[in-house]
Formats: sequence, structure tokens, C-alpha cells
Amino acid sequence: MAEQKTKKKIIPNKNPMPAQDPLERARNFNEVALGYDEETVVAEAQRCLQCKNEPCRQGCPVEVDIPAFIKLVAERDFDGAIKKIKEKNALPAVCGRVCPQENQCEKYCTLAKKYEAVGIGRIERFCADRELQKGVTLPEVAPPTGKKVAVVGSGPAGLTCASDLAKLGHDVTVYEALHVAGGVLMYGIPEFRLPKAVVQAEVENLKKLGVKIEVNSVVGKFTTVDELMENEGYDAIFIGTGAGLPYFMKIPGENACGVYSANEFLTRTNLMKAYQFPDWDTPIKIGKKVAVLGGGNVAMDGARTALRLGAEESWIVYRRSHEELPARKEEVEHAEEEGVKFAFLTSPVEILSNEEGWVTGMKCIKYELGEPDASGRRRPVPIEGSEYIMDVDTVVVAIGQGPNPLVPRTTKGLELTSRGNIVADPETGATSKPGVFAGGDVVTGAATVILAMGAGRTAAKSIHAYLTSK
Amino acid sequence: MFKILEKQVFSPIIKLFVIDAPKVAKSCQAGQFIILRIHEEGERIPLTIADFDREKGTVTIVFQEVGKTTKQLGAMEAGDYIKDFVGPLGEPTHIENVGNVVCVGGGVGVAPVHPIARAFKEAGNHVIGIMGARNKELMFWEDHMRAACSELLVTTDDGSYVRKGFVTDVLKEVIESKGKENIPLVIAIGPQPMMRAVCNMTKEYGIKTIVSLNALMVDGTGMCGCCRVSVGNETKFVCVDGPDFDGHQVDWAELSRRQVYFKAEEQKALEHHECKCGCGGGK
Repeated sequence: MAEQKTKKKIIPNKNPMPAQDPLERARNFNEVALGYDEETVVAEAQRCLQCKNEPCRQGCPVEVDIPAFIKLVAERDFDGAIKKIKEKNALPAVCGRVCPQENQCEKYCTLAKKYEAVGIGRIERFCADRELQKGVTLPEVAPPTGKKVAVVGSGPAGLTCASDLAKLGHDVTVYEALHVAGGVLMYGIPEFRLPKAVVQAEVENLKKLGVKIEVNSVVGKFTTVDELMENEGYDAIFIGTGAGLPYFMKIPGENACGVYSANEFLTRTNLMKAYQFPDWDTPIKIGKKVAVLGGGNVAMDGARTALRLGAEESWIVYRRSHEELPARKEEVEHAEEEGVKFAFLTSPVEILSNEEGWVTGMKCIKYELGEPDASGRRRPVPIEGSEYIMDVDTVVVAIGQGPNPLVPRTTKGLELTSRGNIVADPETGATSKPGVFAGGDVVTGAATVILAMGAGRTAAKSIHAYLTSK
Repeated sequence: MFKILEKQVFSPIIKLFVIDAPKVAKSCQAGQFIILRIHEEGERIPLTIADFDREKGTVTIVFQEVGKTTKQLGAMEAGDYIKDFVGPLGEPTHIENVGNVVCVGGGVGVAPVHPIARAFKEAGNHVIGIMGARNKELMFWEDHMRAACSELLVTTDDGSYVRKGFVTDVLKEVIESKGKENIPLVIAIGPQPMMRAVCNMTKEYGIKTIVSLNALMVDGTGMCGCCRVSVGNETKFVCVDGPDFDGHQVDWAELSRRQVYFKAEEQKALEHHECKCGCGGGK
């Protein structure tokens, strides 16, 4: 160490991210957060203290070398920065947008102890967007190993696993049930948070690595995991089929017209672009007053989407209080800014409808919070006699999803949990079936994009070890 | 992309396509369906598999033009390509040897009932086919059905071909003449009012009746619940739990209410299409 670094002057606050005006954006599907420009991103990168112990890295499930790429950005070496990111992260434009950084990398940032964390996600996003715009440099791909791997599901887990395996020289084919790759990135997360063109650009990059993607291919229907191994010559399989089975409330009236699962509501809007109906063919119908049941990110997406589709009022109806909302803080704030209303400590017991079967209201009951339950959150207890009618005409059920049973049901010898999730070793992604690995929401239940990507990475490592030891 | 290998026009509104789809053809079974999307801006629509050829790798679909997508589809020709064609979806029809089986096909429902009748016959059953249409012009596949069934009865609502009457009239005569104890199973596929009418009748005789439900669908793989229906007071997803269900357990009123949910939008889509493409629409 020849020269001692001069002590860095701390800049306490993040450089603000320009965003569309809340009331304007609440009525369009354009992206809310507009991204940093070159000057701002450099300024933000220069806030980084370059800590020797790199605390931020422990918060990243795919182990991106955060201080290194931020240093390159601070030095304006944007090409170097994106190269560094992509050593570990196959979908940086996605992660920079939708990761809950406050619970991941930014949570461990040294600055966050006293000030605002470095905007790691924002810097990552800038680098990725810049590269997508100017054309992508491909990472090196190892020489072919002659081993074939099938990846079932093209969500964040599957895409990450596929990309890692392709880079290691394996012959990878991804099977996707829908007509487009991306999983929840395409059908679930709305355009205004994650533009679909960004997702597809990243998917195209994976194809350039040699990853084959077969859309319109429902494993469990046109073929099975066993057939892929026995008849199609795959040496290993990764199952990343996610948690796409919507839960309903199981209350009377739930099959009335005007009641959607969040999956249906968001799939129509995002994947099928129903907000552009009738230029696009898929319709969506909402009333004037929309109630979204639940308090997670999917519920926030649903409530914000309802506003953009023209609802006069969009309500989040949640059994617990503001404090317990499982959604990202930023998403809750965005929803509030845009005018989403919240009915806390409230849950419907019946959905009311008219003679034609259309929703006319919701009979709700009020709750109070009792002792903490197994999940550590205070248990909501219904208040007797507190029933009242909430005036709504559309209901979106966003209370969670389970694993889609098509693959587990048709794969012999796969151990499942009582909820139907695949049992896989968290250290390796190995299932009870030799050569079959799994990761993401189908193992953990509905979680985050970045955790699914981390699971895809873990599985890719052990699939590589499995294939090279065979 | 999926190539249309052959087109047959049964009537101005009922058309048949043979599609090059080896993956679907290889594994599909009677009773299953596909979802297709014509082009990038298109919607996903479900259609039941009417026939398949595993060696040639083809799947046959028959559809009736009822709205924008089916009209657009009907205007396509052999050699054209369909953007997306996914399947087989849904559970296959449960085929077993029960002795006598009556397979009822109403309108365009003759197409999906065809492979089911054939499978029951191949399983050793005596299959009595009943096919009906509004009029002679809308009648198709009599020859296919005759080959798939042990005996075939044909009717038209207006009497323009063979006889006058609904499929339920013919079914009643079959049950009365054979004796209800000799008819252990009825399969009915067609428009909802027809399936409902068949079920109302067979319920009185106590004859088990399986119907193939045509609910609104988006993905067709069980991820959205758009196609949900109450069967025996339980919510089922038609796309993964069905499309076949015990017709006596189905909440028909709920199903028909859900069926017309997007009626106004469907009309709007059709008008938008017709004013853009200049075809004048509904010939």
C-alpha cells in the first residue's frame, strides 16, 4: 500500500431517483422510476466507502462483487462495471429494479448504520440499461461438455440456472409453459415496475449464450421429467416451476363475476397486455371500486394496476395493520402516493352479488391484533359483531400462491412437503430423485426474484459438480 | 410457429384445421384440449382436440366462428402459421369398459366427442353416437362419427336433415328403448344449454353423465383460476381438474353467468376488428 487513501467525506443521502409524477403515473403503464443519468450514477457510486470487509456482498443471494463494480462506475468504466456484475448476475436490469435491496445488499451497507445506504440497485440498473442500449458483450463460454440439461420453467430461477450451466459449457434447454419466457417477470410484475422489453432483452442475451428456450411446452403434459431423462437423453434436470397456483379465500360468492385471482388480473394486464385492449385482443373488465385482498407485493401490484385500468377507487384490504404489511416499503409508499386506499384490520367473509352474478359488495369483518403467531406477526382476531358492507364492484384476491402441481404430480419419486412444495437440499438444490434438482418458489413457496435466482445459481453449481463427477 | 396443413370448410361458420404440432400429437388423449394464439397481439383461446395423428405429428381442431379470434382464425388458410399452439392440456377423458356408452355431440361439440367415442369403442364398449345440429348446413363429420361409434343417430333442430328434434329427444328415445339400466354412461359435449338439458334429463333416470366444460380460460395450466367452476360445491379449475366433470354436480347457473362476463368487450373487439380489416365481418 503505497498511498494512504484520504478519508472519504460521507454523503449522507442517496441521490434521488427521478420518477414520474405520482398522480400522472397512476393512470399510465409507463415505468415509474426513470433511472439515473451518467452524472448521478457516478456521484452515487462515489458515496461508496469501498469497505475492505465488503458487508454488502453477504446480502446478495447471487454474490455480485458489489464494491468492485461500484468502484468501476465511480471511475466511469461502465463497460467494466457491467462485466463485473454479469460474472455473477444473469439478469441485472431485472434485479436492479425489483430486488428488495433494503433487505438484501443495501441492508448491510456500512453507510446504512447512520445514513442512507449506497443505491446499489440503482447503480446496477444504470449499468445494465446502458449495456442493453448500446449492445451486449457476451461473457466467455466454456467449451462444450457434451452434457445435456433440461430446465423446467423460465422464471428467474430457471433463467439463472440455465445461464450458469451454459457458461460452463453444458447444452441447456429451457421448457416454458407459456408463450413467452420470463415467468413472473412477464406475467406477474407490472410493466410500470419492470418493462417487459427489458425482460425480453435479457432473455435474448441468454439465448446468445447458447441457451435454447422452448415456449408452449408444458412439462407434465406434453412430456414428463422422467421421459426427459429416459427418452430425451438429459443428464440432469432443474425444476423451477414457481408458485403459480392461486389461493382463494374460500368464502361464499367468490366465483361471482368481478372476482379475479391476482394471477389472472395481472396475467391479463401484463402478459396479454389487456390494458391495450382492443388493439390487443385480451379483455379485462373492472368496475369503479376495486378491492385487493392481501398485503404483499402482489397485492400492491394489483391495486396500482387497478388505478391504471381506470378504477375510481382502489383499496388494499388487509387483515393486519400497516406495520405488518409484507410488501416492500417502497411499493407501499408508491401505492400511497398514487392514491391507493387502505382498509386495515379488515377481511371479507362473503362476496355479495346481484342476480346476474356480478359483484355488488363485500361483507367484511373487523379484526384486532392479538399475540404474535408462529410467523412472529401478531395474530389477527375477528371482532364479533363488527360486520359491515364494503361498497366494491371488483375484487382481486392476492392472498398468496402455492406450487403448481403439474410437474410434482407427474414425476416419480419426488419428495414433496404437505403443501406440495418440492423438498430440495438448500445447500445444493438436490431433490430426492437422482439427477433432479429444484429451486425457487416451487421449493420455498412464494418469495422474491433474487432468492429464486440464488437458488438457480446454487443448483447450477451442484448440477455442474454432478455432471462432471459422473 | 405452427403450420396449418389443411383446411376444411364445413359451413360458413364451422371450419377444420389440421395443424403441424408433433409435440402435442405425440402425447394427446381423447378429451384434452389445446390453447392457441394467432399472432403477437392475439388472445389465448382453448379448443378441444378433435383428432390427432401421432405418426404424421398432426392435431385436428374444429371451431365455430363466434367472435374476433375465431373469425380471424377462420380467415386463415392452409400454409398459414399460428403463432402459439400449446397442449395437450386438461385431463384425458376417463375411458373404461362399461358396456354401453352414449356419446352426444351438439353443434360443434361433435368434434370433441369424436375421439372420445372412438376411445370408448376401442375399449370394447358398444357406443351409441347421437349428433345434432341446428340445421343440415351446420352438420359435419357424420362419416367420422359413424366410424367412431357402433351406431349413430342424427338429428336437426329444424328437421332439415334426417329428422326434427333436439339431441335430448333422441337420447330419451334411446334410454326408453334400451332401458335405463342398460345405459351406464352418457358423455355430452356441446353448447352449455344442451349439456345442461342432457344432464337434467339423465339425472331423472339416474344415469351417470360426463360433460366437457367450456369455461373462459387464459393460461390453461392452472395458474389463474379464470376457468373456475363449482362442482359438487367445490371450486375446480376446468383447465387442470377437467374439462370433464360429472354433469349432475356442475353449478350450471354459475358457469353460464361467468361465460358472458366479457360479452361487451367481445363485441367491442369484434367491431374493432371489422372496422380495421374491412372484411365486413360476420358474413
